[in-house]
Amino acid sequence: MNIPVRPLVLAAMVLAFSALVLSRAQAGGSHFFPPVADPLVKEECGSCHLAFAPSMLPARSWQRMMGDLKNHFGDDASLDPPVAARITGYLVSNAADSGGQRRGEKLTRGLDPGSAPLRITELPKWVREHREVPNWEWRHKDVRTRANCVACHADAERGYYDD
Amino acid sequence: MTKPLATPLLAALLLLPLAVAASPLDDQLARYAAAAKAGDPGFAGFSAARGKTLHTQAFALGKPDTPACTSCHGPDTRGAGKTPAGKTIEPVALSATPGRYADPAKVEKWFKRNCNEVLGRECTPREKGDWLTFMAGQ
Repeated sequence: MNIPVRPLVLAAMVLAFSALVLSRAQAGGSHFFPPVADPLVKEECGSCHLAFAPSMLPARSWQRMMGDLKNHFGDDASLDPPVAARITGYLVSNAADSGGQRRGEKLTRGLDPGSAPLRITELPKWVREHREVPNWEWRHKDVRTRANCVACHADAERGYYDD
Repeated sequence: MTKPLATPLLAALLLLPLAVAASPLDDQLARYAAAAKAGDPGFAGFSAARGKTLHTQAFALGKPDTPACTSCHGPDTRGAGKTPAGKTIEPVALSATPGRYADPAKVEKWFKRNCNEVLGRECTPREKGDWLTFMAGQ
């Protein structure tokens, strides 16, 4: 009997590789928030902190936030009105409740429609997902703030929040 | 007939702006100098030494977590800095980040924000010119 070992091994390797890529893509599908694609939004919202995915908050939250950039979590992040308007448009049209944002809809589920939370890190679902992170880790010098997603989610810039 | 001549002529015309126009940073420094002189007739030019002091001194006049420019930009002008939210900031030294001061509006935007955060007020044209002069030589 002559078993063709090499083609078999090759086939197995190809299969393993595809499985790896596929599982990665699936994990991405479940914890993927499309990152900001607009260069202007990336520049203006991503200089001080990660340019948070617009699908992480509902449209009303983005509108409220963009309406008070002078008091942006303790910083004055004022922009020229035309720039601010363009950014608001982008955030609103890609917001969690803009339709088709699977992960964003989950993250913001159960929110009181009358409330417009400004902090992603105060969404009930966010709090639940991070309940096992101990306090000392949040205070670690490489983390320091809950807004520092990339400290733990190495691929956050690209939209992946799996690990 | 005209073709052999047209090519070098066109090339010369295209290169002309490069030779004549100052960089956006030079233009901005000239505008700050004019504004500084308008406010103080005794103004005698920018000083990298004053710029260095401005950059490194702890003022603690603005926000508590940013007493100095170096709070975020770091002690080394040629090294990267870090924002409180963990974003890396490109080095402030022009030699380390050559394209850094090419957009005057962007420079103004950050002066406004950062001076308020560190000094609790906007910077004067002289301070801005001093600081940029220091960074241009770094």
